[in-house]
Amino acid sequence: MNELLTRYAFLIVPVVKIAILVFIVLTVDAYLTWIERKVIAHIQSRWGPHRVGPHGLLQPLADGVKFVFKEDPMPANADKVAYFLAPFITLMLALTSLAVIPFGPQHFTVFGYRTGVGIADVNISLLVLFAITALAVYGVALAGWASNNKYSLLGGLRSSAQMISYELALTLSVVGVLLIAGDFSLRNIVDQQAGSGKGLLSWNVFPQIIGFVCFFIAAIAETNRVPFDLPEAESELVAGFHTEYASMKFAMFFIAEYTSMITVSCLATIMFFGGWLSPFPDSWTFTHYLPSLLMIPLGLWVFFDGVRYESMFGRMVLPVVGTVITAIGAGLIVFPAVNDAIQGIFWFLAKVFTFLFVYIWMRATLPRFRYDQLMSFGWKFLLPVSIANVVLTSVVILWRMH
Amino acid sequence: MSAELVIFFVLAGIAVFGAVNLIVQRHPIHSALSLIVVMVALAGLYLLMGAEFVAAVQIIVYGGAIMVLFIFVIMLLNAGEEERTNFSKLALYAGIPLAVAVTGLIAASMVGSKAAAALPAAAPDTLTSTRALSTLLFTEFVYPFELTSFLILVAILGAIVLAQREN
Repeated sequence: MNELLTRYAFLIVPVVKIAILVFIVLTVDAYLTWIERKVIAHIQSRWGPHRVGPHGLLQPLADGVKFVFKEDPMPANADKVAYFLAPFITLMLALTSLAVIPFGPQHFTVFGYRTGVGIADVNISLLVLFAITALAVYGVALAGWASNNKYSLLGGLRSSAQMISYELALTLSVVGVLLIAGDFSLRNIVDQQAGSGKGLLSWNVFPQIIGFVCFFIAAIAETNRVPFDLPEAESELVAGFHTEYASMKFAMFFIAEYTSMITVSCLATIMFFGGWLSPFPDSWTFTHYLPSLLMIPLGLWVFFDGVRYESMFGRMVLPVVGTVITAIGAGLIVFPAVNDAIQGIFWFLAKVFTFLFVYIWMRATLPRFRYDQLMSFGWKFLLPVSIANVVLTSVVILWRMH
Repeated sequence: MSAELVIFFVLAGIAVFGAVNLIVQRHPIHSALSLIVVMVALAGLYLLMGAEFVAAVQIIVYGGAIMVLFIFVIMLLNAGEEERTNFSKLALYAGIPLAVAVTGLIAASMVGSKAAAALPAAAPDTLTSTRALSTLLFTEFVYPFELTSFLILVAILGAIVLAQREN
């Protein structure tokens, strides 16, 4: 048995990792909808979901049940193959793009198979990521076309035009980082940002601030989020490309959208914000206790909030959750080895969730672009600026070499 | 049969299926989708030969940008299903023998050369690094490379001139 495991470890380990990652990502997607609704609600002085479970925490579960049991009608004269294929393509590509992202610095050996935190460690991982995003437009475009509905078609058309326009800026905006790193591998790009242990000063965002701004704007456009969500502009196109989709197929578009938000946040973290590197200098070892310092107060707050929660269910569940969070936080102080091991993943997740918060924050703040504004912004501003950034970075690198 | 050979036959089969499907399908969108399948399968074949950069660029440029334009235009024109006509006599008497002859010629030359035996079995650890490729492109082949980019620039200018409305 053990021999068999060692022999096929190259097959078994990635499959297990994929299963774990998909489970985690789908859960995070579900709770991202809860966070989004809560954050937007509080920005707009509302309560947001609060009926299903304490603080509405079971709302994603209720949504999931609703999606599964809803009727799934198909529009008359729809193109059957493309109509079915579109949500699958969208979700598949969104999940595939996560495969090349490294989530932490560690390497470990399972059954004699050396592997890292993340599914595949490809040395052209950035190009693979762009290749997958390049294909992602077909899901949306096909969904719009296959629905046999003029609003859907307009959404699909807008989406493909938008993706073509912003993909150029997206690709060009990271060229500066590639010139600095001299490598396509995301892992090496992070390692190169470690510098000489000076913390956040050696991150790519400082020399590449123009590149970062271009990247983030173009990435929001690529993920079809506000203020670039013209493919599903509900005030003009009903719901754009997914007007005719219901039930689980609609949920697949939804999950794909949130997964690409996570991918883009991971990519921004890795390319410009040092990935799993701590923002503090290496000599500040006391910052290693930051995870505990955050988790213990959070756990205690959840506990005391839960004790006086209005519903019986909340009074039963929330104190337990609070105790668990506090215990994990305290456990990290007791076991320094575990604490050191999670530092990388802690910083990575902290940065990724900051970006996800910015996404939600923008949705609550910014109005949608007009279509001609979108096009002229992409072609006349974003593209020239990212080309100028490439030229500028190359000149500086060349100047430093001599 | 090595794993590389199995992957080669799977990818080659998908590519051929996509190419045949491209012609058989009557709706332009379905044909365009089949072409995307061919492009992606070809990228897989490049990867099998160790050309990782070419494989990624194949998907980004052909699978992504160019085919999106195809689909965009087909959707914009709202092209419907094509009518199937009877085969022309020329296709029947000249086309089919010619196709058989070309296929036979390629097969014969592949069987004859020793490179064919080594082709699918290219070990994945001999990946052509992107750095080596770019060094070659910007030193030895810099003139063909620059000329090609100049050609593309001329084509872009031509497209802009054609698209410009008279005013």
